[in-house]
Amino acid sequence: MESLQHFLLNCFSQHSGLNSALLYAAILAPLIMGGLLIITDKLPASTEKLLASIGFAIPALIAIWLWSLYNASLGAPGIFNDGGWQFITTFDTGLSRLGISLKLGLNGISAPIYLLAGLVGAAAGFYAFNAKVENPRVYHGLLLIMLAGLMGAFSSIDIFFFYFFHELALIPTFIMLGLYGGRQSRSIALELTIYLTLGAMLSLTGLIVLYVKSGVNSFDLIALTTQLADKPLPENIQNYAFGMLLLGFGTLVSLWPLHSWAPRGYAAAPASTAMLHAGVLKKFGLLGLIQIAAPLIPMGAAHWAPLLMWLALGNVLIIGFVTMAQDDLKQMLGYSSVMHMGYIFLAFATLSTTGIGGAVTLMVAHGLSAALLFMLADMIERRTKNLDLGELGGLVRQAPTLAAFFVVATLASAGLPGFANFWGELTIFTALFGHSKLLAAGAIVGIVISAVYGLRAVSKIFFGEPTEPMSQFLKTNTITDLSAAEKRPAILLIFALLVIGFFPKLITESINAGARRLYADKPVMTATAQPTSPVASTQASH
Amino acid sequence: MIPSLETYREIAQLNEWALILPEIVLAVIALTLLVAELLLKKSRHPFISLFAILGQVAVLALVLANFWFPPQLDVSLSLFSGMISHTANGQMMRIFFLLASILVSLLANSYLEQRKLPKVEFFAILLLVTASFMLLVQSTHFVMLFICLETVTVGFYVLVSYFRSQNTSLEGGLKYLIQGALSSSLLLFGIVLLYGAGSNPGLVGNVAEPMQFDHLATFISANPSHPLVLIGALLIISGLCFKMGVVPFQIWVPDVYQGAPMPVTAFLAVASKAGGFFLLMNLIKGPFAALDAFLIPLLSVLAALSILYGNLAALGQYSPKRLIGLSGISHAGYLLMGVTAALTIPSAYSAINFYLFVYLFGSFLVFAVMQKASPDHDALHDMRDYANLYKQQPLLGMALAIGLGSLAGIPPLAGFLAKLLLFIAAFQAGLYTLLGVAIFGVVVSIYYYFGWLRTALFRPFVAPETAHTIPALTRGQLVFLIVLMTVTVLLGVYPGSIGGLLF
Repeated sequence: MESLQHFLLNCFSQHSGLNSALLYAAILAPLIMGGLLIITDKLPASTEKLLASIGFAIPALIAIWLWSLYNASLGAPGIFNDGGWQFITTFDTGLSRLGISLKLGLNGISAPIYLLAGLVGAAAGFYAFNAKVENPRVYHGLLLIMLAGLMGAFSSIDIFFFYFFHELALIPTFIMLGLYGGRQSRSIALELTIYLTLGAMLSLTGLIVLYVKSGVNSFDLIALTTQLADKPLPENIQNYAFGMLLLGFGTLVSLWPLHSWAPRGYAAAPASTAMLHAGVLKKFGLLGLIQIAAPLIPMGAAHWAPLLMWLALGNVLIIGFVTMAQDDLKQMLGYSSVMHMGYIFLAFATLSTTGIGGAVTLMVAHGLSAALLFMLADMIERRTKNLDLGELGGLVRQAPTLAAFFVVATLASAGLPGFANFWGELTIFTALFGHSKLLAAGAIVGIVISAVYGLRAVSKIFFGEPTEPMSQFLKTNTITDLSAAEKRPAILLIFALLVIGFFPKLITESINAGARRLYADKPVMTATAQPTSPVASTQASH
Repeated sequence: MIPSLETYREIAQLNEWALILPEIVLAVIALTLLVAELLLKKSRHPFISLFAILGQVAVLALVLANFWFPPQLDVSLSLFSGMISHTANGQMMRIFFLLASILVSLLANSYLEQRKLPKVEFFAILLLVTASFMLLVQSTHFVMLFICLETVTVGFYVLVSYFRSQNTSLEGGLKYLIQGALSSSLLLFGIVLLYGAGSNPGLVGNVAEPMQFDHLATFISANPSHPLVLIGALLIISGLCFKMGVVPFQIWVPDVYQGAPMPVTAFLAVASKAGGFFLLMNLIKGPFAALDAFLIPLLSVLAALSILYGNLAALGQYSPKRLIGLSGISHAGYLLMGVTAALTIPSAYSAINFYLFVYLFGSFLVFAVMQKASPDHDALHDMRDYANLYKQQPLLGMALAIGLGSLAGIPPLAGFLAKLLLFIAAFQAGLYTLLGVAIFGVVVSIYYYFGWLRTALFRPFVAPETAHTIPALTRGQLVFLIVLMTVTVLLGVYPGSIGGLLF
C-alpha cells in the first residue's frame, strides 16, 4: 500500500501536465467517438461497436486513475493535502477578455463525483449494446456526447463551462427520450425540456448575478472564491442570488414541488439514458449548490436553509408515500430517485461539514444504486414486456441471477450496511440529529418507507406464484436469465457499491477534506442552529 | 498587395471614392448582369448567376482583407463632407451584409431554377440592395441615410412580390409596400422635425447642418429634453422599428415572411433586421447619445413587448415561415434589450454584433432546410411537411436541430453564448425586469422550437403515405449546410476561432 502510494505520487508529481491532459481526453474521447458515430454512415457493425467501446471505456479509466491520484495525494505532505483543486489546466477559447476560459481540475468533492460519472458512464454505455433500438449507431453516439458533457461538467472550475457541459449532456437526453423513449415519450420530452430549461435559465441568472455583483467579472470559481471571501456580497443580494440558484438547481434536481418531470421522464427514457441522468447528470444541481452557491454566498444559503429543509422533507415524506403507491416499476424507481434527493437536500441544508460529507457520499452511492436499479428494471421489462407490479410474479424461477442482483440493488438503495448508501445516510442522520431532532425523525421515517416499497417490489416481481397475466405470458414466451453482456455492467456497479460500502474511506477522505475546506473554516449562523464545529464528516463512519 | 486602412487613408486624401469601392463594384456587377443578359446567348445564362456570386465573394475578400490585416487602425474617416464615415465597425457591418447576400444568392440560385423564375433581375436587385445596405450603415447624414434606406425598401418591394404568379407573394408585396411607405414617412417626418429644431436660431446650441450626425449630436446634447427633439427621435426610432420588426410595428412580419419567396424571406429576416439594428446603434452612439433618459424606458418597453409578443404569438403557429417571422420579433426584442443596455454599458455593442452574426448563421441554416423541405408552394407549407425529415435526410434533420438550437440559445451552439453575453450586459445595465421577461421568453420559445424539432426528428404522427418525399441534397447544398453547421458550433465552442473579429 505504501509503495503504491509512492508510485502514484511520483507519477503525479512528474507528469502533472499529463494528468491535466487526461481531463481533456476524458471529454474529447467520447465526444469525438460520438460525433463520428452520428456523422458516419455505413460503418461495419463491429467497427461501430469498437469505437463506442473506446469512447465509453476511456473516461472510466481516466476517472479511476485521477481519483486514485487525488486520494494518494491526500495523505502526503505538501500543498495538495487539503482537498483543494488539482490537475488545474486552462485553455483560452477566445473569451478570456470576458473572464471565461476552459479551466479544468478536480477537488475533494468533485473527484468522487467524477469517478461516479466515469463508472456509471461505462456501465450505461456497455449496457446500451444490449438495447434493441432502431438505429443503435445514433443511440450510442448520443450517449457518448452525453458522457462527454458529464465528464466536462464535473471537472470544470469555470462556472460557465460547468453550465455549458451540463447542457451539452442534457440535449442528447431530450433527443434520446424522443427518439427511443417508451410510452408518451414525445410529450414527456417536451415537458422535460421546458422544465429543465426553466431550471437552467434560473440558475444561469443566479450565476450571472455572481459574475457581475462580485466585481471580478469572471466565471472562474477560484477567482470568485478569493474575491467573495474578501468582500462578501451584501446580504440582500446574497438572498436573492441564492434564491435563484436554489430554485434553478432545485428544479434540475427535482426538489419538491418542482419534481414532476422526473418520474415521468425516467419511466419513458431508454435505460441507459435514465441511468446516466438519474445517476449522474442530476448531481449537477447538487454540486452547483454545494460547490458554488453555499460557499460563495453563505448568508444567502443560511437565509434559505430553513425553507429548504421543509421542501426536502416534502421530498422524503410526500414523495416517499407517493412512491409506495406506484404500480409501475420504472415510475416507482423514478419517484424513489426523487425521494432520495430529499436526504441530500436535508443534509445540504444543515450547511455543516458533516452534512455536506454525508450529502456527497450519498450522491455517489445513490448514483451507483439508482443507475443499477434502472438497468435491472429495463432487464425485467425486456423479458416480460411488462412493468406493472400487479402483473409480475415468480420471476426468481426463470431468472435467479436477475433476482439476486435486484435484491442487492434494493437493499443497497434502502441503505443496508455493507453498501455505500449506508455510510451516506448514516452521516446524514448524524448531521441532522445535531441540527434538529424533528427533521431527523422525519428522515428516519423515510428509511422505513424506502424499505417498504423496495421490498414490496422485490416480493411482487420475483417471489410468489406467477400471476394470471404472467402465466399467460409464460405459455407463449420463455424467460431467460441474464446474459454475460448484461451481467458485466451490473457487476461493475454492484462491485463499486460494495467496495465503497466496506472501505468508505476510499471516497470519504477526499470528501471530508473538500467539505472542511469549503464549509468548516467559515462558521455560518443559521436561523435554527449554532455554528457547527469542524467535525470530520467521516469520523462517524469509521 | 493588400490595401490596409493606412493606404486607404493616403488614397482617400486624393480620392474619397476609393473607400466606397466595395459598393461601387457591387453596383457595377449588378449593371453588368443586366447587360450580359441582353448580349449573351441563352445557353450561357447560367454563367451570369455564377458571375454574380463570384463577384460578391471577391468583394467580400476585399473587405475582409481590409478588415483583418494590420495595421487595424481605430480611425474614423469622414467622407464626402460628413455623408459617410469609414470605421472598423462599418467594415464589420459590410462583411455582415455581404455574407447575407452571398448566402441569399446561393439559396436563390436553386430556388429560382426550380420554379423557372428569371434569375438575372433577381441578382441585379439583390446586389443593389446589398450595396445600399452597406452604404446605409456607414452613413452619418440623414439625407444619405434616407436615400439608402429607400433604395433598400424599394428593392424589397420588388423582391417580396418576385413570384408574380403566386397570390401570396403579391399579397406580401402589397402589405410590405403599405407598411413600408408608412414607416418611411414616419422616419422622414422625424428627420424633418430634428432638422427644423436643430437649425432654429432661437434655440441654444443650434447648428448649421442638423442633418449631419456630429452637428446633430452637438445640438441634441444642448437640448436633450426639448419636445421637438423627443418627438423627432421617437418618429425616427418608429421608422427603424419597422425594419427591425419590433412591436408595435410588427404587423407586417408574419404575412410578408409567409408570402415572400424563401430566399427573400431569409434576406428580410436577417439583413433587414440587422440593418435596422446597425442604424439604431449608430444613432445612439452618435446623435441620440444624450437622450438616454428618454430612450432607456422607451426601448425597454418596446423590447419587453417584442419578446412577449413574438414568443407568445409563435406558440400556436403551424406555418414555419410565420413561426420564424414571429420568433424573429422576439429576437429583435432580445437585441433591443442589448441596445438599451448599450446606452449605459458600451461593451454591449460587441454582444449585439456577435448576436447578429450568430442569428445570421442560425437563420440561414433554418431557411436552407425550409427551402429543401417545403414542397413547391413554399408559402403554404406547414409543420406536417417536416414529418420524416430526419428519416429521409438525416443531414437536413441535423441542420435543422443545430439552426433552431442556436436560435433557441442552447449550448454548445453559438446562440447560447450570444444570449448569455446580452443577458450579462442587461444585468450590468440594471435592466432586471427586462431580463426577467427575456428569460421567460427563452423558456417559452423552447416550446415552439422544440415542437418543430420533435416533428422533424422523432416518430411522426402523420401517416407515412401523406408525407412528401424530400429531394436528395446536391453537393453544393451539402457544403452549404456543413459550412454553416460548423460555423454555428465553432462560434459556440471556440469563439476565439474568428480571431477577435467581434470581441
